[in-house]
This record gives sequence, structure tokens and C-alpha cells, in this order.
Amino acid sequence: MDASLFTSMLFATVVAGTPLIIVALGLLVNEKAGVLNLGAEGMMAMGAVAAFAVTHESGNPWLGVAAGVGAGMAMAAIFGVLALTLMANQVASGLALAIFGVGLAAFVGKPYEAVALQAVPPIRIPFIADLPLIGEALYNQQALVYFSWALFWGLLWFLYRSRAGLVLRAVGESPASAHAIGYPVIRIRYLAVLFGGAMAGVGGAFLSVFYTPMWAEGMVAGRGWIALALVVFATWRPLRVMVGAYLFGGVMITQLFIQGSGLQIDFPSQLLSSLPYWATIVVLVAISRNRNTIRLNSPVSLGKPYRPDA
Amino acid sequence: MPILPPLTPPQPSAAAPARLVLQGIGKVYPTVVANDDIGLTVRAGEIRAILGENGAGKSTLMKIIYGVTRPSSGRMFWEGEEVQVESPAHARSLGIGMVFQHFSLFETLTVVENVALALPGKPALDALAQRIVEVSARYGLPVDPRRHIHALSVGERQRVEIVRCLLQDPRLLIMDEPTSVLTPQAVRKLFETLRRLADEGCSILYISHKLDEIRELCHTATVLRGGRVTGECIPAQETPASMARLMIGKELPRCEHDAPQAGGEVRLRLAGLSHASDDPFGTDLRDLHLDVHAGEIVGIAGVSGNGQQELLRVISGEEPLAERFPVQICGVEAGRLSPGRRRRLGMAFVPEERLGRGAVPTMSLADNALLTAAHSQGMVTAGFLRFERARAFARRCIDDFNVKCGGPAAAAKSLSGGNLQKFIVGREILQAPRLLVCAQPTWGVDVGAAAFIRQQIIDLRNRGCAVLVISEELDELFEICDRIAVIAKGRLSPVRAAGDTSIEDIGVWMSGLWPGAGDTADAPLAMETPHA
Ligand SMILES: Nc1ncnc2c1ncn2[C@@H]1O[C@H](COP(=O)(O)OP(=O)(O)OP(=O)(O)O)[C@@H](O)[C@H]1O
Ligand SMILES: [Mg+2]
Repeated sequence: MDASLFTSMLFATVVAGTPLIIVALGLLVNEKAGVLNLGAEGMMAMGAVAAFAVTHESGNPWLGVAAGVGAGMAMAAIFGVLALTLMANQVASGLALAIFGVGLAAFVGKPYEAVALQAVPPIRIPFIADLPLIGEALYNQQALVYFSWALFWGLLWFLYRSRAGLVLRAVGESPASAHAIGYPVIRIRYLAVLFGGAMAGVGGAFLSVFYTPMWAEGMVAGRGWIALALVVFATWRPLRVMVGAYLFGGVMITQLFIQGSGLQIDFPSQLLSSLPYWATIVVLVAISRNRNTIRLNSPVSLGKPYRPDA
Repeated sequence: MPILPPLTPPQPSAAAPARLVLQGIGKVYPTVVANDDIGLTVRAGEIRAILGENGAGKSTLMKIIYGVTRPSSGRMFWEGEEVQVESPAHARSLGIGMVFQHFSLFETLTVVENVALALPGKPALDALAQRIVEVSARYGLPVDPRRHIHALSVGERQRVEIVRCLLQDPRLLIMDEPTSVLTPQAVRKLFETLRRLADEGCSILYISHKLDEIRELCHTATVLRGGRVTGECIPAQETPASMARLMIGKELPRCEHDAPQAGGEVRLRLAGLSHASDDPFGTDLRDLHLDVHAGEIVGIAGVSGNGQQELLRVISGEEPLAERFPVQICGVEAGRLSPGRRRRLGMAFVPEERLGRGAVPTMSLADNALLTAAHSQGMVTAGFLRFERARAFARRCIDDFNVKCGGPAAAAKSLSGGNLQKFIVGREILQAPRLLVCAQPTWGVDVGAAAFIRQQIIDLRNRGCAVLVISEELDELFEICDRIAVIAKGRLSPVRAAGDTSIEDIGVWMSGLWPGAGDTADAPLAMETPHA
């Protein structure tokens, strides 16, 4: 493989992995608080369409991202009311949200179907972008790519170094005990859910404004579901979420490259297209098998509604 | 046994200002009135005991004071001012601290993280860990701040709960059965600490079913029965028997313990059992040998954290072994069998944690009965569950063991601690097992019910069952066991007939010093030093 091919594939891998990282890290916080929101796909779709529409009308992609965040949070708030305040089943509420969000996004997005946006230029980081091989791929990227890295480091610090993160993990493990020692369980869960929604909105905005600057129905293409799966198979650990997302992106780009290169290989293209999905899951399962890590990292109360007894 | 040499004689401080006053507190649950018109005054520097049978409403009252639940009626005054405690955080800001009967610890977090969660401000974890080590050593409650809670035994968890509460410097300390699984040495240290706190003006509300403890520690006592205050007394002027009478309204029954039948077959054999714990802080079991025969009760004493938990998991089958022969149940080499298969060989099992391992908190009693008794009681036919049988069996447990609850449909978590314990023990004993393995069988059970459970275990042994009891309570072991061994540092001492040994000997053995102990002697897990 020559150097420029390597660089461009690395570039594409990073771009493909970025929305997954952002969305999955948001869901990770969400789930660490013990709330399972399966509506990621719907929140992403709404984020994508809102971001696209606002960017198109205003010409400012950052207003678009803000709109994506708002849309994602609004969707998450609906879920919060259902699952946290009204104690509805979280799985059912999340599924409903996914279906509702995807449908509503298609409806709202109708007028924008045939419009294109101007591509947003990448941000070049001086000096390190000149590194051979990786410089162009990693440091001449969209701002949201840098954001995803910052999010990762910020989250590591938040979850494992900050008091708030400790409280969040405590709430996810045993809401009853957290209540008993005096933490406002429901409020903390709301915040976590809203954060998950906001990140899903950013992920959606990345797709429609930066990745492929256009809107099409179904453009989220299951990435919300993949992000959900990533979190679980990464056993709720941020680093593994990163690895999984880039692995997914890398295998995706490689198989697209193979399919597009016209190489004559004796392999059904359908299987090739499914490769990123199962390769990611197989690898994550393989590295996350340890019983103790699973026990220590999975939020015990995940998906169980909690009502502080009065 | 005198657990403690008496400390200074109790001095009720009658002139001290009232710190907490309750008036007409009531709490109504859908099925029961848990508290009814309760009045209570606690003065500064006073240690007041709350006495009462299982289900009398003690924990409910404490939870009301601590803001975990809201009272249905009544008023509360804190240092002279009327307050409505909205939440535990509010209670803590007032200066109230509580040690819960059912631990409120987070299993996937470490000890120091658990403590940090309960302290105000943002303590740095490293400094806090250091403080935990110091404070716990000073109070004789050794805990290792870096360990994860899920890997701790109940005794160790109890120490964590207490240390966490003491670090908050409360002005009213509520302790709901804090010593139920502590060793005598730890209890002695704790009492010294509590006395010191009281002398410094801290008020303490103390719940326990151990009447000699109350006599030694508490200035005053309030007796609850059926949710109402039925009396007050000065414990130092009572005998345990007279307090028991106040509590249960009748004389305390005595256990009848006759000589064991000799020559029963071996029902449980540990044949050179060794097992490395997969928890880096766990205790490895090293070459354990033990026979438990039909018709006898064998007790294993020891300070918690010396391998009891690992041993129980290996015997119950939760932690299967690589080989078959080290654990033999009713003549079958069972080392690799699952818990369910072992139960079908005739084993019954009472684990130490009643909520979570002994019972599923959110499920009904009938469903909980189904969990362990499904096969032995014919609750499954052709793969279908027969709920009427489960309900009938749960009803039998409730009636025979005098469990106070809302019936077989009540959720396990709605029962008071002692009542749930009675239900679980009843569920296992009524299956007429060939081998019963139980840990802390009377944890948190009131004196009347404890005597009853012990009698049931003895009767079971008289019917030819083999019983293994693992407990930290030496009194209990000496009351019911025919033979006793000690576990220390993952090794088992020789087994002695209970009549040929004494509590003092066993106490010495508990630090690993038994004849021929060899290298265990150089590193006993003593209570006074925290393990580093
Ligand atoms: N959440 C609840 N829902 C319904 N009933 C409850 C609930 N909590 C407690 N109860 C009932 O209230 C009564 C008092 O319970 P409580 O836990 O206060 O007893 P206790 O005196 O602490 O007993 P123990 O010594 O066994 O701990 C019991 O009959 C119990 O079944
Ligand atoms: Mg209680």
C-alpha cells in the first residue's frame, strides 16, 4: 500500500468513526446512570435534520450543530418524562422514541431533500499536520473530530476522577442506596439522559453537515444502533468504545475500498458489507471477556425504573 | 458469654438538652401500620436503645428520622426547632448520620469511593484512603480502602458502613443493628468509640437484638411492639431475660440440645479442598478437610474475611471447582456441579446476604420460594410452574416460622430484616434437606425468633440431617453445635467436640494459633491490625 493511500484511508476511518464515538460516549454516560435509552437512532436523525435545516437557512454550520444539540436534547427530554417521571418501561419508551424520531425527521426534512450544503473546510493544526503519513489524516480534520477526542479525555476524567462522575456511577449501580445517602437520583438521571441526547444530536449534525453535507431520509443508517451496541460490547469503558468505533470505521472503509477497487475476489459483497458490524462485535467481545471487568463496569440497575419511596 | 468487661457504669444525663424530640410519629404502609403515635426524646450525649421484635417498626422509625421515608403523621424537633427532614442529605446537613441495617454500599465501587460519596465537599481520594486506614485502625474496624465492596464479606461491609458514618462526625448517630455480624473484639472497640462519642456530646440511637450489648452500652431504652411504644427502661437495671420479656411479652424459650446420634453417614466431605480466589484481595482456601455426618451440627467459627465467603461459594456451587472430588455431597463428588444440581442431591443453603443472594428483593415471597424449592416441592411439572404450590409452600414457611408480612404475595424487600431471615431459613428447612449449609442463620433476628430458629436447626439434625453452620457468633455456635472448627487465613483448624473445648480456646484459634497450625501462625488476620 503506498503512503498516500494509507493516509487517505486513515483519514476516512477517523471520519467514519467520529459520529459513533460522540454518540456512544453520550450513551455511555446515559447508561452509567442506569438508564437505557434505545432511542439513539431517532435522536440522531432529529439532530441531523435540525442541524441541516438551520445550517441551510443561516449559512452557519455552528448554529446548525447547536440546533442538532437542541433537537437531540428535546427528544431525550421526551424519553425522560416517559421513563423517569412516569416510570414507563425504558426499553419500550426507547424503541418508540427511535421509531418516532426517524419518522419525524423524514417528515420535517422533506423540503431539504434535494438541497446541498457547502462543505465545511477542515481545520489544520499547524506543525503536527505536517507529520508524515498520519499528519494529514489526523490533524487536518473537521473540528468535531477534535471534539470527539476532547470528549473522550473529558469523559475519562469525569467518570473516574471527578466527584460528579462517582455520583453518576453510584446512581447507576444502586439508585436506592444513592437515595438513602442523599443524592437526587431522578435529577441526576435526567441530566445523564439529556447529555446522551445532546451527544446524539451532535453525532447527527456531524453526519448531515460535515460528513456528507446533505440530508436524505434514512441517512443515519443504523449508526444509532451500532453506537448502542458498541457501549454494551465495550463493557461501558470509554477506551474500548473508542477502539470499537475506529475499528468499525476502519473495516467499513477497507471493505468499501475493496468493493470499489474492482479487485477480483471470490467473496459475496453482502458478506463484505456486513463485515464491519460483526468484526467490531467479535473483537470487542474477545477483549472484554473478563468476568471481573464486566462485573465492575456494567451499571447494575441498567434499565430498571426507580421510584424513591416516600 | 460476657462479650465485654463492663465499662464505666451508664450515666443517664438527665439534665442535658433534648437533641431530638418526636411527637406522634405514624407511618402507614398499604398492608401494615409500621409506626403508630410514637413519641421519643433523645438528649445530647445519651445512648438510647430501641428494642423490639422483628417487624416492630424500629427501622421504619429510623428511616423517618433520617429522611429516607416520610412519616404519615407526627412532628419532629431538632435541637428545639421543628423540622421536616426532606431527604437524607438534609438529615446529614443537620448532623444526623445513619448505619443502615441493610447496607447502602455500592458494590462496584471501592471502599474509599463509597466513603467519599457520603462525605460533604470533595475529599481527595488518596488523603481519604489514608484517613480511613487510620480511623479504622483506631476504632478496631480494619478495612482496606482500595478493595471493591462486592468482594467483601458481610462483616467487612458492616465495618465499612460504620467507618463511613463515623467519618461524618454526626451529632446524632443512628445505628440499625451495627454489630449483627461483628466479632466480639470489634464490638468491644466499637463500644469504646461510641462511649467516647457520647461523652463528647454525640447522641446515639442504637438498635440491636443482642440484649447484653444493650445492657452494657445504653443509658436508656425504648421498647416498641407492633409499631407502638410499649415501655421504657434503664437497661443497666434489667437482666437480659427481663428485657426479652418486655420485648416479646413472654418468657424467652430455651433451646433443647441433646446428644447427637453417633455413626451417621458422611453427608458433606471436604477432601483436601484448595481454591485460589479470583479476587486479588480474596482469601485462598488451602487444603481443607472436613466431614459432616448425618445427625450432627458442625460449626465453623472465625473472623469474617478469613475465607468463609469463598468456602460458602465453593460449597454452594456458585464457584465451581476444576475437580470433582474436593467437595462431596451425600456421597457424590460434586466439585463441578452447579448450585441447582447440588440442591437436587439434597443440599439446602442459607447464604449470609439475605437481600440479593438469599432472596430477590423485588419478587414476591411465593416467587422466592419457587427459586430454591421448585424441584424438592414439586412446583414444576413438565416444564410448567405450579404457582399454587409455590404459594402454598410460601404460606407454610410464613405460618411455621411466624413471619410477619403481607402474605405470600408480599415483595421480599417489604419485610423487616428479621422476618425475611426467618422466611429464608424456613424455606430451606421445610424442604427437609439431607444437608443444610447455613451462614449466620440468626443474623438480625430477635431473641425469641433466634431461639426458635436454633431449635428448628437442632430438630432438623435430630431428624437425621447433617448441618454445617458458619457463624461469627461464638455463643450461637456453642449453643447448637456438636463439633466446632475454626477457619483462619483460608485454613481450617482441627474439629473439636463442642463439649471438649471452650469459647476462650476457640477465640485463640481464631487468630490462627491452633496446635500444629504451622505457617498459618505467622500471618494471622488479627482484628486489631488492618490488613495492608
Ligand atoms: N416498603 C414497605 N412496604 C410495606 N411494608 C413495609 C415496608 N417497609 C416496612 N414494612 C413493614 O413495616 C413493619 C415494620 O418494619 P421495620 O423494618 O421497621 O421492622 P423492624 O422493627 O426494623 O424489624 P427487624 O428487627 O426485623 O429489622 C413490618 O411489618 C414491615 O413488613
Ligand atoms: Mg429493622
